[in-house]
Amino acid sequence: MTTPPPEHRVDPDVDLRVPADRGELTAHPAAVLGAISAGGVLGALARAGLQAAFPHPATGFPWATFGINVAGCLLIGALMAVVTGRRTGPLVRPFLGVGVLGGFTTFSTYAVDAQRLLAAGAAGTALAYLAVTLVGALLAVGAGDAVTTRLLARGART
Amino acid sequence: MIVLLIALGAAVGAPLRYLTDRAVQARHHSPLPWGTLTVNVAGSLLLGAVAAVPADPALTALVGTGFCGALTTWSTLSYETLRLTRDGNRHLALGYALGSLLAGLGAAWVGYALTHAVTG
Repeated sequence: MTTPPPEHRVDPDVDLRVPADRGELTAHPAAVLGAISAGGVLGALARAGLQAAFPHPATGFPWATFGINVAGCLLIGALMAVVTGRRTGPLVRPFLGVGVLGGFTTFSTYAVDAQRLLAAGAAGTALAYLAVTLVGALLAVGAGDAVTTRLLARGART
Repeated sequence: MIVLLIALGAAVGAPLRYLTDRAVQARHHSPLPWGTLTVNVAGSLLLGAVAAVPADPALTALVGTGFCGALTTWSTLSYETLRLTRDGNRHLALGYALGSLLAGLGAAWVGYALTHAVTG
């Protein structure tokens, strides 16, 4: 099995400069949209379960959503290192990346929780939440990508 | 029941993110991921509006947790920021991440304020 050349990809959901992404919807529309939909349901239910298990008070730090978003960013870094570095099935990225991880992480809850903290007068908590999520998400995606890329390279040598 | 409503909202929200992303990305050639920014801002606006109406568990589950939660994404945003940085677009990457954050916060505020004004 030969390793395909690394893709020049920015968007993990769908990047129209990547030929496989460009053609996937016309080639298998029902399978691609169905995989994204099913993955999105699983991701969203996992997120809702964690948020229900770890509720936060109105002016408290939203730890559950913070953890969900940072974990999802770590996993997308790892997943995309595999998808861009190895030959994977056509539904792996739609199901796991667009669906499960896209449905698991959430930007709207992040924005609205921060807005509500600001409105409740907890400006310090709001700013800390905004900043810590941003930094945590970017460190996590970098770590997920770097560790997985290294593991794949080690696997390819042996 | 709540679980089903979350599932239903997410079953629509996740593919709508993908389709919106495709539609937006097909209309420009800049390296900036306008498609993801579009869904994240739109979802924040809608969730802000949902947060302004009196709490209804069914509405929150279907539109909030399910639909808006799956329509918007942090994983895509963070990966795009990583790739823009790797491509040498450091300033664009930083601008994209901070711009998303400010636009999302602003959209959440606008959604909340408008709905609050309309519903009283």
